[in-house]
Amino acid sequence: MSAHVPAVPEAHEHHTSTGLSNNKIAIWAFLGSECLFFGSLISTYILYHNQTNGGPTAAETYNIPFTAIVSFVLVLSSMTAALGLLALQKGDHKAFRAWIAATALLGMIFIGGQAFEFTHLYEEGFTIQTSPLASSFFVLTGFHGGHVTVGILMLLGLLAMSLLGRLPQEDAHRAELVILYWGFVDIVWVIIFTVVYLIPTLGRG
Amino acid sequence: MVSTTLPVRKPRYLRRTAKTGLWSWVVTVDHKRIGMLYGATAFLFFLVGGIEAELIRLQLARPNGHVVSADAYNTLFTMHGLTMIFLVVMPMGVALMNYIVPLQIGARDVAFPRLNAFSYWVFLFGGLFLYSSFLLGGAPNGGWFGYAPLSTGDFLPGDGMTFYSLGLQMLGIASLAGAVNFIVTIINMRAPGMTFMRMPLFTWMSLVTSFLLLFAMPVIAVALFEMMFDRVFGADFFNVAAGGDPLLWQHLFWLFGHPEVYIMILPAMGIVSDVIPTFSGKPLFGYPAIVFAGIAIGFMGWGVWAHHMFAAGLGPVANSAFTLSTMMIAVPTGVKIFNWLGTMWGGSLRFKTPMLFAIGFVMMFVVGGLSGVTHAVVPSDYEQTDTYYVVAHFHYVLFGGSIFGLFAGLYYWWPKFFGHMLNETIGKLHFWVMLIGFNLTFAPMHILGLQGMPRRIYTYPGNMGWNIPNFVETIGALIIAASILVFIANVVLSRRREARAELDPWDARTLEWLTPNPPPEHNFDEIPLVRHRDELWHRKYAPTPEGVPTRIIAGGERTAADAPAHEAHGIHLPSGSYMPVMAAIGLPVTAYGLLFFPPLIGLGLLIILTGFFGWVLEPQTVEEGY
Repeated sequence: MSAHVPAVPEAHEHHTSTGLSNNKIAIWAFLGSECLFFGSLISTYILYHNQTNGGPTAAETYNIPFTAIVSFVLVLSSMTAALGLLALQKGDHKAFRAWIAATALLGMIFIGGQAFEFTHLYEEGFTIQTSPLASSFFVLTGFHGGHVTVGILMLLGLLAMSLLGRLPQEDAHRAELVILYWGFVDIVWVIIFTVVYLIPTLGRG
Repeated sequence: MVSTTLPVRKPRYLRRTAKTGLWSWVVTVDHKRIGMLYGATAFLFFLVGGIEAELIRLQLARPNGHVVSADAYNTLFTMHGLTMIFLVVMPMGVALMNYIVPLQIGARDVAFPRLNAFSYWVFLFGGLFLYSSFLLGGAPNGGWFGYAPLSTGDFLPGDGMTFYSLGLQMLGIASLAGAVNFIVTIINMRAPGMTFMRMPLFTWMSLVTSFLLLFAMPVIAVALFEMMFDRVFGADFFNVAAGGDPLLWQHLFWLFGHPEVYIMILPAMGIVSDVIPTFSGKPLFGYPAIVFAGIAIGFMGWGVWAHHMFAAGLGPVANSAFTLSTMMIAVPTGVKIFNWLGTMWGGSLRFKTPMLFAIGFVMMFVVGGLSGVTHAVVPSDYEQTDTYYVVAHFHYVLFGGSIFGLFAGLYYWWPKFFGHMLNETIGKLHFWVMLIGFNLTFAPMHILGLQGMPRRIYTYPGNMGWNIPNFVETIGALIIAASILVFIANVVLSRRREARAELDPWDARTLEWLTPNPPPEHNFDEIPLVRHRDELWHRKYAPTPEGVPTRIIAGGERTAADAPAHEAHGIHLPSGSYMPVMAAIGLPVTAYGLLFFPPLIGLGLLIILTGFFGWVLEPQTVEEGY
């Protein structure tokens, strides 16, 4: 890093009106917007949770033990992400890279699980065209999977930057943005797992 | 001159640093240039949307008209609505926000200059994508509201409504990026001393608008995605035969759509709240009340959407609740109107063109607001729904409101943008011709609506008693077109003839007029220290011992604009970048892929990804070059 500090507001710590960095306010604003996005998708799912169009019902469709395991994997990745951030803030780059790689890997396991689940459901005849229930299920969980995939790409970007020496300890706030996003996506999954998977199957015994 | 101390290393990223020429506009991240691009693009779309409106009026001038076919008519009113809402009023507001908000808060740029450029390019490509549908097998024809299930493939085959869902999706991304940017800019980039309760009203209303965009856009995004999945992948969201709910689209659409109404009017209200005090020679009457009224509208705007759906049969409880909330939202709006009147009351009024447009805004908006309150009453709404009465109402708030307000802003800030005034005489002619044309076009629609003339019909029989009002409306529409030609003539003639504007031509009150006209790239040589609401006015005037404000002679603190703009030493602005436009161009590629050729989807996503990675990795300034 060169010694001079440019007066560019975006990337560097700079005087701001609130004392918070621009990036941090931006990511929180964006996550606020995402709440409405997933809120609308989840509302659609709740509206259609009984609209099976003669196809399989929600309770008949889902494999709770399997989804519980991949859900656990995703929640676990929030912990590894947080540990990675902590390591970077302390300047332990090796631990940071290890934790971030682990987080990305856990995310990939989750996406792999979703791919397996979708394939399995398609083979059983539960497709996006089956019923409003199936449409809202695939679009909701699919968009969540898309968010996880974007998160994985950003984690791999962090890893690459760290390996190139472009992510020094004082830039830990840049990693924090990705990890905030990652944590948000995980929390959304907790809601989806509860509303989409668990509640419809409660009475199944 | 900007940086001579750093060794120039071999650049790893293609950068362009020239300040002039076509490419400098493509890569620009300067909020003022992006504002100009937004404004120019929105004006071109305004002309296109205007031509569509004229065709509609020519078709309806006489009974049994056959200027256009029924199908073409459907396309025309759909594209007219989409254009005027998404490609004119919203981006024109954004254009002014881009140019003016950083100046009003004493900032050098927005918080995220490249994100700002990205917003513009996505908006442009989204608009062009929407219009490319005319060449690629049919434009959207299901109304701007696109009611599903009527807009699903079963009822509207062809690609028109798929273009609609994908095009609006892109425009939504542009709005969302802009909203995040302006929220952060206004919250975090204010000059020292610029507290929230000292901010100019236009900045305040831009902040409220940005929050509305932030929360409204994802809702329409979900509705549009569901429509797209239905149309492209055969999903069942709106397939009633399979159990799809015919009201789902209406709820999602209007949960976005009603905040959208305020997204379009609040910037204009902000402009008017800055223009009226300037030309009344008085501070804004009831500043805190008008600020909180704006915030209250922002909150209450989320609780009124079902008044668009009274005729859908939600039941008496829901209808009553939304009647109440709709009537209540008229209260903060009324607060604003009384405050504008209070500002003018006893002021030394100067009827310059911006002031005329601002007063026109207040009057026309009151008419539109009152007819809006009549829709809040359910039995009355049953009579009015889907008639020309509704068309009259929303044109009074959108044209008489937003467009008049935006023209007030354009006349007011024109010297800021271009360094010269717009001609006053031609400007006043523009105002009066437009005001007369506007009222001739839209006032008779109230009567036609109450007589039962439905919206969206492409023609009508001659024995309904509708002939004369319709003919008058068409004359009015042509007069509006003439007024726009007067405006264009004003722009062209003023560019040649008008002298350079003075530094502070209107004796204004807010910080943007502290900078030269037009401002240098870095806006302020020294970031101003703000001690007052209406900071600029306080730098120009001081009270005499008797309490009468008197102009401070040759003095005070006003130095920045008086001094000639000089080279900005030590101010490093972000360099131009190809990445925003590159990331943006991936979106239409992806969208065409969804429509016509799936491999393009992969290519588009790859372009977006490359753009974003380049964006994150490239340094902010060329001098920084890793």
